[in-house]
Amino acid sequence: MEPSIFIEQIREIVKPYAKNSDALATMNVSTDFINDLKINSANLVDVVLDVEEKYDIVIQNEEMERMLNVQAAMDIVTTKLKEK
Amino acid sequence: MSNRVVITGIGVVSPNGVGIPAFRKALQEGVSGIRHSQQLATMNFSCQIAGQPIITEDLLAEYFDELELKLLSSSGIIYGIMAGIQAWKDAGLTIRHKEEEPDWDSGTIFGTGTSGVDKFRESIYKLDEGQVRRLGSAVVPQTMASGVSAYLGGKLGLGNQITTNSSACTTGTEGLILAYERIKNGSAKRMLAGAASDSGPYIWGGFDALKVCTYKYNSEPEKGSRPMSASASGIVPGSGAGALLLESLEEALQRGANIYAEVVGGHINGGGQRNGGSMTAPNSYAVQRCIRSALADAKIKGDEVDVINGHLTATGKDAEEVRNWSEALDLKGNQFPYLNALKSMTGHCLAASGSIELVAAALQLKEGFIFPNVNCEDVHPEILSLIDKERIPQTLLYKSINLLAKASFGFGDVNACVILKRYLQP
Repeated sequence: MEPSIFIEQIREIVKPYAKNSDALATMNVSTDFINDLKINSANLVDVVLDVEEKYDIVIQNEEMERMLNVQAAMDIVTTKLKEK
Repeated sequence: MSNRVVITGIGVVSPNGVGIPAFRKALQEGVSGIRHSQQLATMNFSCQIAGQPIITEDLLAEYFDELELKLLSSSGIIYGIMAGIQAWKDAGLTIRHKEEEPDWDSGTIFGTGTSGVDKFRESIYKLDEGQVRRLGSAVVPQTMASGVSAYLGGKLGLGNQITTNSSACTTGTEGLILAYERIKNGSAKRMLAGAASDSGPYIWGGFDALKVCTYKYNSEPEKGSRPMSASASGIVPGSGAGALLLESLEEALQRGANIYAEVVGGHINGGGQRNGGSMTAPNSYAVQRCIRSALADAKIKGDEVDVINGHLTATGKDAEEVRNWSEALDLKGNQFPYLNALKSMTGHCLAASGSIELVAAALQLKEGFIFPNVNCEDVHPEILSLIDKERIPQTLLYKSINLLAKASFGFGDVNACVILKRYLQP
């Protein structure tokens, strides 16, 4: 998947959870969900569920643990979509 | 240390009005919030009418951000937060920014019976399908009993005690007394006292099964809740929230706050499910003792009470309640105080009932009126053998009230009675 397309899609998903709207607007592959977007760590599980729903995939516990930034999310989703 | 305690803010999410202006209007005009429920009918409930606050999307947007709206599905918590924030703002208090210190002197006792029953239901379905991982982050805060006080603590930045009391239909009145005692003892300067109760079949079903709800008014919803009436045939289930901001008199005067009323005393007790009391019925001796103890705590005599805001649920127990008031106050006939039953307009809002009724009481004391009792044009003869019919006004009366007694009773044979007094401001 094109990074630019993925960034647009993930931006929509994390929008309700992101407390830093500037970081959301300038989001790139290195944007960190907690440190940059200021997403409450408890809400990361909700982000993962929304990502699963959007791409119709299942993300495992170990993958969830490292899904802390846009690059990691993109890698995980891309791999999962290829496996389908 | 013994502080005087006053009410300086009120908020309400009631079946017959959300927010004080709408609620006051409904109260004075005797407007019912009871409506037919297609959902209850489809689900084969005996009682297919209920009291549920009308919450529009615009209204929700005033209180909640996008994320909160996405995750919140517990109606009681939504009602509680709305009523709590209304009371806080009505008291003229500001909400601290996230970066500021918590307000160490302010806390909340915000009660509920069961919290988040709809969230529980969603979760149980997922769990039974082996989908525990799909529950998301919001199940614990919305299904823990203290969910409503926890959300309010965060919204308002409270740094004093943040807790939830639970004593069935006594909850709201009990919570106000607990908050009053905390301020009186000097442990807090301000406490938000309130209670909330969820809407819907999953909270009301148990009452339908107990056969305590009326099934005779499904085609005439507004006539269904009939406290003190000879044709009363059971409760109409309700829901919502009420909230009152209690504050030390000293603090209120210093801030130049508007004072609705003073809390001058109260008492909480139980009947031990003895002497006629049971899980579902009150021990009359304990009820009378609770009322007498509240009067003693307030240092007043029975004949000083101007208005009683009763529990009066529209079951066969209403006459027994009036008898208990009559004996506890030692007053009869035309000497009996005016008697008000708010449930005639809201239904029985269960854990939230005491708080919603106390909001009505605070408004009455401040503005000097007695709201009309609806649906009791045929007062029960047993009640008329105790007190005069004119003591149960059927139309709005403008009258200054000095002392008002409010009591709530609940399953588990528990009682609470509080005495409010008019506070004259220069």
